[in-house]
Formats: sequence, structure tokens, C-alpha cells
Amino acid sequence: MRRFSWFNVTSLTLGFAFLYVPMLILVIYSFNDSKLVTVWAGFSTKWYGELFQNQAFLDAAWVTLRVAVMSSTIATVLGTMAAYTMVRAGRFYGRTLFSGMIYAPLVMPEVITGLSLLLLFIGIGLDRGVVTVVLAHTTFAMCYVSVVVSSRLVSFDKSLEEAALDLGCTPFQAFRLVTLPIIAPAVISGWLLAFTLSLDDLVIASFTAGPSATTLPIKIFSSVRLGVSPEINALSTIMIGIVASGVILFSLISKRNIARAEADARAAERT
Amino acid sequence: MAANGASVFAPWDDPDQTPLIRFENVTKRFGDFTAIDNLSLDIYAREFFALLGPSGCGKTTMMRMLAGFETPTEGKIYIGGQDMGPIAPNQRPVNMMFQSYALFPHLSVYENIAFGLRRDGQPKDKIEARVEDMLRMVRLQKFAKRKPHQISGGQRQRVALARSLAKEPKLLLLDEPLGALDAKLREDTQFELMDIQEKTGTTFVIVTHDQEEAMTVASRIAVMDEGRIMQVATPDRIYEFPENAYVADFIGDVNLIEGTATPSGEDEVTITWAENQQPIRAKTQRKLATGQKVFYAIRPEKVGISKEEPTDVVNKAKGRILDIAYLGNLSTYHVQMPTGEIIKAQSANTRRIARRPFTWEEEVWVSWNGTGGSVLED
Repeated sequence: MRRFSWFNVTSLTLGFAFLYVPMLILVIYSFNDSKLVTVWAGFSTKWYGELFQNQAFLDAAWVTLRVAVMSSTIATVLGTMAAYTMVRAGRFYGRTLFSGMIYAPLVMPEVITGLSLLLLFIGIGLDRGVVTVVLAHTTFAMCYVSVVVSSRLVSFDKSLEEAALDLGCTPFQAFRLVTLPIIAPAVISGWLLAFTLSLDDLVIASFTAGPSATTLPIKIFSSVRLGVSPEINALSTIMIGIVASGVILFSLISKRNIARAEADARAAERT
Repeated sequence: MAANGASVFAPWDDPDQTPLIRFENVTKRFGDFTAIDNLSLDIYAREFFALLGPSGCGKTTMMRMLAGFETPTEGKIYIGGQDMGPIAPNQRPVNMMFQSYALFPHLSVYENIAFGLRRDGQPKDKIEARVEDMLRMVRLQKFAKRKPHQISGGQRQRVALARSLAKEPKLLLLDEPLGALDAKLREDTQFELMDIQEKTGTTFVIVTHDQEEAMTVASRIAVMDEGRIMQVATPDRIYEFPENAYVADFIGDVNLIEGTATPSGEDEVTITWAENQQPIRAKTQRKLATGQKVFYAIRPEKVGISKEEPTDVVNKAKGRILDIAYLGNLSTYHVQMPTGEIIKAQSANTRRIARRPFTWEEEVWVSWNGTGGSVLED
């Protein structure tokens, strides 16, 4: 095992401190007994109790969850289809343009995505609410899913699909019975990524959500403007927990995925 | 490959037989590249047919067109008299064993073999019985519950074979089926394949670049090069009577001697090939013009080697031993003529080392008779 030099240790500590101290303080103060956010008055979980009494927050949480589940599911279906087509279709006229267009929203400023969607919804006369937020989140989460899924599809042995066709599958059956089960871990991790992205999005949601569909990040943002309450700290702690477990699950699945792909490749070499 | 005692299995010689597979002026282009060039070919039921050639010769494209993964640019392919043009891969009476085996990694050995049967919607007990039969045939009953990554390469190869035979296809395509196996296992598997082919009576079309494999398993071989068929014949005819220099050179070891032909009688030609050498006298059916450039192809084992000048042979030449390739059971002698040409002669090592008659730099005679080789047009 290599020893860490003092330089390494310092930079590591500073880096992590920079990243996590603010969140740590937030988590600690969510257990503060005092109503004043900055004064420590002993340990208590009462703000969590109060939080679950606060109907406005609960409603917002419910909206957020619904939006996240719906948008990530739709994004996963569409993103997987896009990835499958891009990887499988081979060369066709305008392929580079298409694949570029799938990935463009990754780097598009959220404000612009949000604004353009807002204009679209107004233009087609769609009332802003849960539906519009779901559509908006689907739009930007889809490209993340397609990136994750296409990286798996690139290493997918095409002869497996041909074997399925050869044994009597229709192209759709081949996809459902062979391709999908094999790429499932990538699809699931794509879904998790989309889910977490939707959960903590503020910018796009604030453009596209109407008064009837306040998501949690919007709710938090607007209440913080009136002053930070310990309740918000408690809520934020819970959200950190959910998002962190989503991300950890995502990375575990993709890690296992890579390990399996490598094992398959090694096994294939051995034969 | 005798069908019954006296009569030899040779449907290709019988004009009354209709072929199972018919390629009719098939051309396949990928962009500017012509993979298959106006090719026609008949393959008969119960044949073990080999498509042999170097990589890029179009043999895999032929197979993929039979399976339905590629469609001909021009021409038609018939299987059992039916035009395969509009038929999708999953509708064809054809199954394929893939080079990579393409076993489904998320399914067990049993489920892999049952996969095709389940797509046909057969009753459960029938599927079960069929899979059991297949497992028994490839001796993998004990491994039914294993996943493909939990068995060896040879076992995977057998699962792939069982899976592709489970649906009792009219035609089985094998894409380099033994390429991934080591030499010893490959040899055993070749005989196993022949055995299974005979037992099931299925028509096999195998794609390979390994000429020994093709010679061993096949009833007929098509030697391919650059999208064309150079010759179609039984293994022994391919070896003994190559139709052109490409086939002669591709299959086995050969002496290709370039020369000028002079017809010298009924079915006979003399070939002048080197200064101060007696012209080669050879039997041939070909109608050759005087002065035409030809190749004379003769296998090293048909060339004798001796210290004394042989008297009872039609063709002979004197040279010096340049190299000896010792192969254990055989030795190949590279004999150089005074004019530089090298003729390879092969002889069996029936005696042990001390009694070996020839050594390097020795002057020897090589000789062969008039029917030993083939006269090939350029």
C-alpha cells in the first residue's frame, strides 16, 4: 500500500471539506433544538416532526416524487430507444447531426431549456402543471439516459440479436427477450440518474411548473427567501439522503455492469 | 458418406436431383465493394458443404445471405424451391451456429436450447423432451442449469450446436464453428460434427478458412476468392484435380511450374519450362494452343526422389538438395535446379535417422510420371 504524503493528505482534506462541510453543517443544524438557525441549543428531531405536519411541504414532496417517477420512466424509454437506434442504425445520412442533437441538451444552459419549453407550452396553450414539468424533465433527462445506455450497447455483441432472429424471434421479440435483459443494468442506472436529476432540478421546474405543481426544490427556494428555518434544514437533509442513495446505487450498478462486461470479454477470449 | 452400401452419396452428379439451395447469379455489393460477384451455386439436401477461402473472399457473406441477415443486391436465392428474397430471417427454415457462438448470457444452457422451440409456441412437454434429446446428443445433461460463462469453450460450442439444431432446420449454417477450439479438441469435434450431420440428416453448410477442416468434414467444397467460386468439387477432386492455379496453390502444398505448352498427341502435352531441362510430358483433357502459357501443378508427394537417374519414369530433372523440412512422418526436400527453379519432393520416413538416404547439398534426381500432375491454363 502506498503511503500518502502530507501534500496529498492536505489537498484531499481541503477538497473534501470544500465539498462537504456546508452540507454537514446543514445536516447538523437540522437536529438543532433552537428555532434560530445559527444558534446551537441541543439535539432534537422535532423539526423532522414538524416537517411531516407541514401540508405544503408534503404536497410539494408528493408532486416532486410523481414528476420524478413519471419523467424518468418516460425518459428511460425514449432514451433507450434513441440509443438503440443510434448504435444499431449504422451509417445513414445525417447521423452525426442526429447524435449531436441527442447530446446537445447535456451542455445547454438550463435557463435556456426552461425558457424555450415555457415558450413552447404557452405557444401550444398547454396549462402549466404536473404534465408540463414531466415533459420538461423528460426532455433533459432523456439525453443522459441515452448516453448511459448507448455506452453499454456499443460493447453489445450484435450476433446475439441475430441469433435471436435466427431462432424465430421478430425484431421486437429479439429486443425484449435478449437485448433488453442484457442491457438492463445500464437501463436501470439510466433511470436512476434521470430520477435524481428530476428530483433536484430547480431551474427548469420553475419555468415550467404552474402554481398547481410546486416541486420541492421550488418550495424550498421560495421559503428560503423568507428566511431559513430549521424545517428546511431537515427537509434538505432528507433530500440529500435520497439523492445520495440514488447516485450511489447508480454507480454501484454501473460498476457491476463494467465488471460483468469485462468478465464476459475475458471469458470470450478464453474460448 | 455412403448413403447405402453400394451407391455413393453424390446427388450433384445426378441430373434428376433438385438442389435444396440455389444461388442464381447472385451479386452482393457493400457500397463500392463487391463481396459476391455474379455467383451461381447448387447445394443438395443432406450435403455437408464447405465454403472455403481466405478472409474477405465472400464466404461469410454467402452464409449471411442464406440466413437472411444480408439481401443480395442482384440475383436470387432459393431454399427448397422457394425464393428467399422476401423472407425474414425468423421465417426461414434455416438455423445458424455463430462463430462467437452467440449464446444468451442471461439464460441457462437449457433455456438457450429451448429458446427457438419456445418461439414456435410448441407445447411444454414437447419442448422439454426435445431439449433433453439435444442435451443428450451433445452430452451436456449435467450442465443444463449452468449459465454459458460457467462452462468451458468446448462445451459452449456444443450448446451452440444443440441450440441451432433444436428446431430441426432444413439447413444448418456453421460459421467457423471450430475456430475457437484448440487443435486436439477441434479434431475430435470435426468427427463429432460429421457424426451428428449423418445422424440428423440435416444439410450443413460450413464456412471455414481452414482447408484441412474443410477436407475432413465436407462432402463437397467450394473454394472462393474475391467473391467468386474458383472450383466446386469433392475434397479428393479439389486436391488431385484442381481446375486452376489458385485452387492448386490454396489447397495443400504444390509445385507450380510455369511453362509453354506444345500439344504432342491425343490428350498429351509437352511443356518447356527451363533451359537444358527435359520438357515435361503430361496427360490433359484441355485443348491447348501451341506456345500457350500454362502452369503445371504437381503435389510434392507425387514427386519421387532418388540418387540414381530413374529409368522407368516419364519426367525427371536433376538438382541439388537445398533444404529439408523434417515433419516426423514425412520429409519434404527442396531440390534446386541449375536454373534456379525449386521442386519440392516428399517422401515418407519409413526408416529411422541413421538410414536416411539424402542430405543437404547432395545431387539428386526428382521424377514423376505423366498423370501425376495437372496442366492449368493461366
